[in-house]
Amino acid sequence: MKEQPDAIAALAATNPSPGEKFYPPFQVTPELTKKAKEYIAMYPEGKELSAVLPLIHMVQEKHGYICPESVIWIADMCNSTPIHVQGIVSFYPGIRTSCPGKWHIRVCHTIACALSGGEELLAYICEKIGINPQALTNEHPIAVSSDGLWSIEAVECLAACGFGPNLMVNDALYSQMDRAKVDALIAQYSNKA
Amino acid sequence: MSEITYKPGRAPHPRETRRIFRNIDRVGYDPSIECFMKDGGYETLKKAVAMEPAAIIDEVKKSGLRGRGGAGFPTGVKWTFIPKGNTKPVYLVCNCDESEPGTFKDRFIVHQDPHQLIEGMIIACYAVQAHYAIIYMREEFPEAAKIVKRALSEAEKHHFLGKNILGSGYDLKIILHRGAGAYICGEETGLINSIEGVRPYPRIKPPFFPAAIGLYGCPTIVNNVESLCQVRQVLMRGGEAYAADGATRSPGTRIIGVSGDVQRPGYYEIISGSITYGELLYDLCGGPKPGRTFKAIIPGGASAKVMRCDEVLKGRNPDGSVRKMTIFDVPMDLDSIAQHGSMSGSGGVIVMDDSRSMPEMLRNLNRFFAWESCGQCTPCREGNPWMLKLSTRICQGKAAPEDVDLLKSVADNICGRTVCAFGEACAWPVQAFTTKFRDEFLALTRPVNAMKPHNPETAEARKYLTRED
Amino acid sequence: MSTEQQILPKDAAAAEGKVNVQINGTWYRFPKGTRIADACNSVGVHVPCFCYHPKLSVAGSCRMCLVEQGMPPRLAPGTTPTYNEDGYQTIQWMPRAIVACANTVAENMGIRTTGTVCTEARRAVLEFLLTNHPLDCPICDQAGECKLQEYTADYGQLTHRFTESKIKKGKNLSIGPRVNLDQERCVLCRRCVRFMKEVVGEEVLGVVGRGARNAIACYPGKTLDSNYSMNVVDLCPVGAMTSKDFRFKMRVWFLKSTPTIDVNCGTGTNINIWTRGQQVYRITPRQNDEVNSCWMPDDHRLNYQYINAPERLLTPLIRTDEGTGQRPASWEPLLRTAAEQLRRCKSSELAIIASARLTNEELYLTRHLADLLGVKFFDIVPRMGEDDGMLISADRNPNTTGAKLILGKDGSTLPDIVRGVKIGKIRSLIVLGEDVTTDAGITAEQLHDLDYLLVMAHSETPTTQAADVVLAGVTFAEKYGTMINVTGRIQRLNRAIEPLGEARADWDILRALLQECGEIPLKAARATSPMEILDEMAGQYDALAGVSWSSIGNAGLPVVDTGVTIPLIEREKSKKS
Repeated sequence: MKEQPDAIAALAATNPSPGEKFYPPFQVTPELTKKAKEYIAMYPEGKELSAVLPLIHMVQEKHGYICPESVIWIADMCNSTPIHVQGIVSFYPGIRTSCPGKWHIRVCHTIACALSGGEELLAYICEKIGINPQALTNEHPIAVSSDGLWSIEAVECLAACGFGPNLMVNDALYSQMDRAKVDALIAQYSNKA
Repeated sequence: MSEITYKPGRAPHPRETRRIFRNIDRVGYDPSIECFMKDGGYETLKKAVAMEPAAIIDEVKKSGLRGRGGAGFPTGVKWTFIPKGNTKPVYLVCNCDESEPGTFKDRFIVHQDPHQLIEGMIIACYAVQAHYAIIYMREEFPEAAKIVKRALSEAEKHHFLGKNILGSGYDLKIILHRGAGAYICGEETGLINSIEGVRPYPRIKPPFFPAAIGLYGCPTIVNNVESLCQVRQVLMRGGEAYAADGATRSPGTRIIGVSGDVQRPGYYEIISGSITYGELLYDLCGGPKPGRTFKAIIPGGASAKVMRCDEVLKGRNPDGSVRKMTIFDVPMDLDSIAQHGSMSGSGGVIVMDDSRSMPEMLRNLNRFFAWESCGQCTPCREGNPWMLKLSTRICQGKAAPEDVDLLKSVADNICGRTVCAFGEACAWPVQAFTTKFRDEFLALTRPVNAMKPHNPETAEARKYLTRED
Repeated sequence: MSTEQQILPKDAAAAEGKVNVQINGTWYRFPKGTRIADACNSVGVHVPCFCYHPKLSVAGSCRMCLVEQGMPPRLAPGTTPTYNEDGYQTIQWMPRAIVACANTVAENMGIRTTGTVCTEARRAVLEFLLTNHPLDCPICDQAGECKLQEYTADYGQLTHRFTESKIKKGKNLSIGPRVNLDQERCVLCRRCVRFMKEVVGEEVLGVVGRGARNAIACYPGKTLDSNYSMNVVDLCPVGAMTSKDFRFKMRVWFLKSTPTIDVNCGTGTNINIWTRGQQVYRITPRQNDEVNSCWMPDDHRLNYQYINAPERLLTPLIRTDEGTGQRPASWEPLLRTAAEQLRRCKSSELAIIASARLTNEELYLTRHLADLLGVKFFDIVPRMGEDDGMLISADRNPNTTGAKLILGKDGSTLPDIVRGVKIGKIRSLIVLGEDVTTDAGITAEQLHDLDYLLVMAHSETPTTQAADVVLAGVTFAEKYGTMINVTGRIQRLNRAIEPLGEARADWDILRALLQECGEIPLKAARATSPMEILDEMAGQYDALAGVSWSSIGNAGLPVVDTGVTIPLIEREKSKKS
């Protein structure tokens, strides 16, 4: 049996995900560095550290998640240390440390959406895209379908409470969802390039 | 002005007064600067930059405008907390981290009418003489981030931003900074830390306001999206005229977000104090769902204390005499509900009808707060998971009656002992739910559960402690 | 109140730049800006803290230091304050407790640490801290000096109300060559994180995760390997950070701590030596804001193994005939023989190599020995390295300043002595507290070629092996004495353990040797303790005028102006101002 990495080693351990085939692997390119410098320039001089979040978003948008190599690169760019960046990466739920599916579904299950059926909808979507809802835990908030096409995450409030249940597929918000709308949505995204 | 038409189902109720939300879900309105300027946009800014900054602050003070982020602190007063004789740069941060469950007003502004915010923000920056400002936007608004970015560059092209704005000699740069999904970044000092690129732990008080020491150690004003839009309204109407509308102590309009068990949930912009909770829920929202009755209301976002709909409250008549009333008779301004032990916060009203299990509702809130606690200070970090475990056990029928008291006691122990207001935010719901719906909680418990192990380790240990003869 | 204008306490305090604060019913005066925690502790009112440390930035996150606080009522516009008989305003107590670490004192403030508001708050915080704590005191090294244990005795509850599953985190993690981490025991005070960032300037530790899953960690591949890493073990209020060196060696309550100073360099870091019986178990830094703040370097801290090492000389040795080995001897006849042999040496062919590792008292006796024997060739072994910009001084001798003051020697003539030995001009040599084969550049062969070699040392070295007489001395842990550090501060060495075996304290050996060598009108030669020698020295050196063992105290006393500063201390002072 493979030995479990200890709590320290786990911080830089690779978490393979079927979603990886839909995202290019992280690679430092001149364009990436140039873009990073643009972000850093947005902030007052000497405040490179402020660009940690923008850089994380930049990497995550392109590569799907924040891998250990990118943690070190971001730390380097922002004049910081890997542990500092890791402290930030591991703090925010919006920053992923393993690759999501091509279509990342975030279902709100906070009180207002729960009142309008968010929790049931979450279970339904899991079933629909073939993910065991038990796989969603605090330690692993994201579960990816075996074909890598879908991933799901139960999230707290998306700030559209009056129009629940709400969910997001990648950047788009879908409100007042029900099973029929979910069916249509999944069908729509399955065929989308 | 031509008649405004709204998208189907989004037209205002006759008792609404749409000012901030005037262009939300309006047919033919898009977030472009042209659209905004056609509607009178940036006219107020022209007026503002011709004024002395101090005069703007005076105007905002006169208006009695109170912050719309939830705490209701007078905006003009906050601005004057910048130390006298300050030589450091002043920063202004727009708090668009809208994440209080039940609140969903800022979302529409930044998605559909971003220039309204930007104009208000430029005016506010000019008033406090900030030359660098940040819109802190929550990660869950990726589309809005693009929209606002585009809007910022449009505004710059029109010389509303950048160097020498409208020939006034005043410079301003506004950037967009995206959060990453943490509720705590809505706390202004947590938000500042998030911008600084450190873990977004709220800062220790004192200083009580970042206006003294904030971003990068400089005076920083943090205002909510709606507050900044209201600043534009104040300047548009004049401070005194603004103050004349609505409740004396919290004038102007308020955007109320209603969610949960009503016929027509959604947003409503009303003159502060002009209607009661009853009118909101029965008239504007169409009452309970068919066959249901209202049971409980959370009047100001998830952290506000829940109110029973049948709770008898003591109201005061104008002559000073006491009258009995319910939550439905309480006017919707910032202070009235506070007199009855809850708060109106950021205007998120969550309604639950008689089909709901209150312990289940509390468990949901506990999960939210346990998930969102930043873990900086002890009571909140350790108390929240404990409360979640207790309320989960209650919902699963695995708790004993004394666990309900324990749950309340844990909340009491958190409240007032934390670095930031999250301690109260997570404790208030527990205190209110367990007190006001105590019977419902107790009904799920069984005394025998006190004897049973509550975790696998204890269960395992029990094997060795039980004698088998 | 009398009609004549009385000075109110607030005005009297303001004139001194101070404010009046009532703590548990008694009024005190503190300088403006004093933290409530510091104010309370300074008057003996204990405030429990996990995260607060006076040398680090304020975190205010453990919430253990909550105190009840009150201020005079806020005045309505147009009214003037009223003062009670005692000249103070009535205090209006706040219903919620505040943290004593982040708040500063104010005029007419009231602090209570005994009432229900305060104790209830602390009980609550402590209960929270214990909920996810593994409660493994029986196998924890910190037991006995653990703040969590101590405060549990004060504020713990008899029943355990938390019966749920505890959160699991990493245990026994090696985060550096000298430090281990247990994330479950951690109370997340972040003292270690702040220390590494603010004092050492290396951000290798950080907090990862969030909420209850927060944990201290370092990034894989970047270990806590700073030479100051073990200070986090001292800083850690609980058993989360433990020293690999000390782990599982001894329960701390069996240990006796002796305040003394570090002798690895000229800084003279203030330390405590922790011993049981004759065994040294660990060394920890002792606070001295003029010398080492609260810290010390790891290599100095761990350099104690030689004290109980097998190389220690436990008896004096003598070589009776040329070509035979050394054999143990008794002190009295040995010293008599040595004195006789010394007297036979031609003073022009005799040299003394002393050490700047000796105490002032020993150097003083050495000087008189040199005078008595008429020695011309006489110096110390200089030991210069590079300073680390923190606490380690470039001067690796602990008492160079003392040697300069007492002997007027700084090692500059050592090369002459070495040359003299090489060319045979020097035929006899006295070596005190040095191994001249390593640091002075004299070879073992050259030593063997000497007519006579007398060595005083605590451990066996090539120098002692070549000696005709070996006087078994002791390490710094076994003797009293004083040293002057690079900044010119005289500090005390205290005896933590008795001299091992038959070994005698170096000053004691030198005094006995002096007595054997001849009658000298010197009180020091008959002194029964180094303190008496110091008293005599105080009358002889201007710099030491008025200095006595008790006036030096545990904090030391500046006596010489060397112009040398300690970088870390300078940084700390500039940060303060």
